[in-house]
Amino acid sequence: MRLFRFRGGVHPEGHKELTEERPITQLPLPERLYVPVQQHIGAPAKPVVTAGDPVAKGALIATAQGALSASVHAPTSGRIAAIEEHPAPHPSGLPVPTIVIESDGEDRWADTLDSVDPFTLTPEAIAGRVAAAGIVGMGGATFPSAVKLNLGRTQPLATLIINGGECEPYLTCDDRLMREQAGTVVDGIRIMLHAAAIERALVGIEDNKPAALAAMRKAAQAFPGIDIVAVPSLYPMGSEKQMIYALTGREVPAGKRPGDIGVLVHNVATAHAVSRAVRTGRPLLSRVVTVSGGAVRDRHNLEVPIGTRVSELLRHCGVTGEPARLLMGGPMMGMVLPHAEVPVVKGSNGVIALTTAEVAPHAAMPCIRCGRCVGACPVGLVPLDLMSRVRGGDLDGAVDSGLVDCLSCGSCAYVCPAHLPLTQYFNFAKGELVIRDQERRKAEFTRTLAAERQERLERQRREKAAAMAARKAKKMAEQGADA
Amino acid sequence: MNSPAPIAGPHTHAPDSIAKVMFTVVLALLPATLFGIWQFGWPALFLFVITLLAALLAEAACLHIAGRPQKPFLLDGSALLTGWLLAMSLPPWAPWWIGVVGALFAIVVGKHVFGGLGQNPFNPAMLARVALLISFPVEMTLWVDPSPFMTGTGPDLIEGLAITLFGVKNIDAVSGATVLGHIKTEMTRGHDLGASLPALYDMQAAAVGNSSGSLGETSALLILGGGVFLILRRVITWHIPLAMLGTVALLAGGFHLADPLRYADPAVHLLTGALMLGAFFIATDLVTSPVTRLGQVIFGAGCGALVFVIRTWGGFPEGVGFAVLLMNAATPLIEHYTRPRIFGRSRSGAPREYPEPAERKEH
Amino acid sequence: MVTAVVALTIIGLVLGYLLGLAARRFHVEEDPLIDEIAGMLPGTQCGQCGFPGCGQAAAALASGQASVTCCPPGGRALAEALARRLGVPIDLPAGEEDGPRLALVDESLCIGCVKCYKACPTDAIVGAPKQIHVVMQRACTGCGACIDVCPTECLTLVGTTATLGTWRWPKPLPEAA
Repeated sequence: MRLFRFRGGVHPEGHKELTEERPITQLPLPERLYVPVQQHIGAPAKPVVTAGDPVAKGALIATAQGALSASVHAPTSGRIAAIEEHPAPHPSGLPVPTIVIESDGEDRWADTLDSVDPFTLTPEAIAGRVAAAGIVGMGGATFPSAVKLNLGRTQPLATLIINGGECEPYLTCDDRLMREQAGTVVDGIRIMLHAAAIERALVGIEDNKPAALAAMRKAAQAFPGIDIVAVPSLYPMGSEKQMIYALTGREVPAGKRPGDIGVLVHNVATAHAVSRAVRTGRPLLSRVVTVSGGAVRDRHNLEVPIGTRVSELLRHCGVTGEPARLLMGGPMMGMVLPHAEVPVVKGSNGVIALTTAEVAPHAAMPCIRCGRCVGACPVGLVPLDLMSRVRGGDLDGAVDSGLVDCLSCGSCAYVCPAHLPLTQYFNFAKGELVIRDQERRKAEFTRTLAAERQERLERQRREKAAAMAARKAKKMAEQGADA
Repeated sequence: MNSPAPIAGPHTHAPDSIAKVMFTVVLALLPATLFGIWQFGWPALFLFVITLLAALLAEAACLHIAGRPQKPFLLDGSALLTGWLLAMSLPPWAPWWIGVVGALFAIVVGKHVFGGLGQNPFNPAMLARVALLISFPVEMTLWVDPSPFMTGTGPDLIEGLAITLFGVKNIDAVSGATVLGHIKTEMTRGHDLGASLPALYDMQAAAVGNSSGSLGETSALLILGGGVFLILRRVITWHIPLAMLGTVALLAGGFHLADPLRYADPAVHLLTGALMLGAFFIATDLVTSPVTRLGQVIFGAGCGALVFVIRTWGGFPEGVGFAVLLMNAATPLIEHYTRPRIFGRSRSGAPREYPEPAERKEH
Repeated sequence: MVTAVVALTIIGLVLGYLLGLAARRFHVEEDPLIDEIAGMLPGTQCGQCGFPGCGQAAAALASGQASVTCCPPGGRALAEALARRLGVPIDLPAGEEDGPRLALVDESLCIGCVKCYKACPTDAIVGAPKQIHVVMQRACTGCGACIDVCPTECLTLVGTTATLGTWRWPKPLPEAA
């Protein structure tokens, strides 16, 4: 099959050897789980339990709100200890509403399970089961999966692309999942093909995962509609748009979604979760997390209940010394965590504790215009130019130079010999853009309100004057009649 | 670990820094430099050391005045490299003050006036070289024939020191001519190349560098080796050198074919003068050359064309300095017109369109 | 010499004539800048800028008598837009942005007097007589008109607290300069 080479990209050191031979093991059940009501893109789910309620494993504890949202389920049985604000796995460490579950240690299932043959179900029913299971994109984007599966009914889709491009250094959870659960993953792919009424699936897996490729090829052998494709190991291959380009040679037009060019993209872990949810009715309660990095003693691929705090993972694996930086996700696009008390959520694919040597912090120097960022940018931006505009406060100029096309993939900052925090400049500018947009919209809104009010006051004044005049005229007329 | 301001990714980095880039360039320059110093003896060594010291002192002084930290900027190697390139382009037996004035000009006017590292629009070393050439034409065209160490033909330590400190006593006794200078002189006298060129130019000597010329510019092969090393280490890309050398070779080849007696052949152009150094080390200066690949090709081709034009029809025998400076001035313009196409957009910036949304399925 | 003088004189005269002609031909009756700026201002006539209304403020801004940062409800976005339009430098505290401040009713003190409700230029306060009033954050510009009229001092301007949805990346610190 012909592959396409997207521009730019970098080859960061993989560090995958640290965990790629570590089979997935179960993390011992923690005593308390902190399950945020928002672990996805869209509206937060609404809690349907109250503190003190007993819950069984798999029971719905917060229900999806509106069209773009995802339900949340109890990852184990026990008691709702509280519904409170708890720090989110996010660089800011700001709190979000979180359902705290006290485990009773029994891990007792709710009687919600029912086995069905997915191929007897209608596509709507499959999407319904996926939605009921609270499945979101598990590659990190956390877009509600059912919403994507329903796209097939509004847009003509030709290809399902399964993203096995685990291009972030250190992470091996998708690699392990494909090696160990290839059958379930392929089953999930078949179910998604059926649900979205697509005939062809392309599974893109980077060629630095030969074992996963072999396992998946074997599992997919019987299904001619599913092609397992080895793609080059090049960061950011795991980026949705880059993967689509590598496999199809089509670029998702700026401001559009893959569906607009007839492509549906899901992650391998999502396919795995879909198979389990549709076949057995089992909601998304746990996920595989790579625990790695130089500061971790025993690195693992762990199956972790959603809501487990990062500190529990680190305690299980052991930490040597104080980590210089604690990350959720990979080191390229992962988020730095303010502390280890934040929970694992549906989109967490790794917990990486880095030593100072691995982070290698450098003071930033001025840009020497070497142009490496231009060569590394997978989108075709001129990052050094973009950065100087952002730094100079020229937000409009930055937008003209392609700020909104930036993926924040970090390739430019990775290669920058001056160690400039390019990605942070772009993140900052994107935030400024949102703020500016909101302020502008609000200003327009309040302006119309003010104008309406002025008009109303004016009208009232006029009406009052008219009424006064009418009264006066009436009085005059009465007087006239009297006279 | 609880940091007040969160740090955005990436949390890993390519093992690289500005200092590494600069010192790799210095390393690439080393063979040609050592050859030049060996070939031109003690005066060359003194001039080289003085120029470098002056560049570093000027950098330190400028940093002090600007209130910037000394250590990171002095150790990044950029001032050292500027001084180094300037020294390589000077006549080897030039007096000490040529090196000092040149280094001061390069660092102060060429670099810090514009805001220091990364801010200068023109290559500082070439700016200084051109300024010196215009201001001190006699000292800047004092070429000597090679008189290597060990052969006993050159000045000894004391004589070398005297040459650097007080100038050359008996100019006529030592002065030679560069090939390009020779061609220009002979052409103005009305002699054609058929008669004049063989007297001074020998292809093998020019390639090895056994000829008169600037301190570090004579050995085309060693410079080429250093340049290839830089390309392999990915400090520079092939675009500028290839475009520059290719353009000169093409133009020289074309004109040479048309009239061999008036126009020197491509090998003469490629192997003599500052072209090789210019193509690999001067025009590729990161700060002052375009950052886009296409821009680099245009930039290199422009440099090459200007070099050929100045050498052939200009008033100076050599034109690399002028050519690079002129193209430096065009860099922002070139960059503006050679931006890469953004993923998912057409060249004009509009979202890309497909004739039909994929292969539509028949239902 | 004479030719040069004559030629330059003629050129000067011709160009001067053309300039004069252009000035008349393309003369603009009134300053379009004031209208444009008035369009950018919130239009709530809250008077926080020290001018009676947005129109007067626009005139002052156009003539350079008012600072581009004079309008608190417009916030940073407006200040930047004005600075860009007027081509003046702007000195905003970098990074340290308070964020918008909005009015908040202290429900324990509100007596439902409807004074604030009447004073609000954007109808952002809802309520009825003898009932506790509520500020609709979406419509409040933080102009403070309600605070001046409240008899029980139950209204205050408070900054919005950051949440995950409103949190933004800070600007990186400048490199070794």
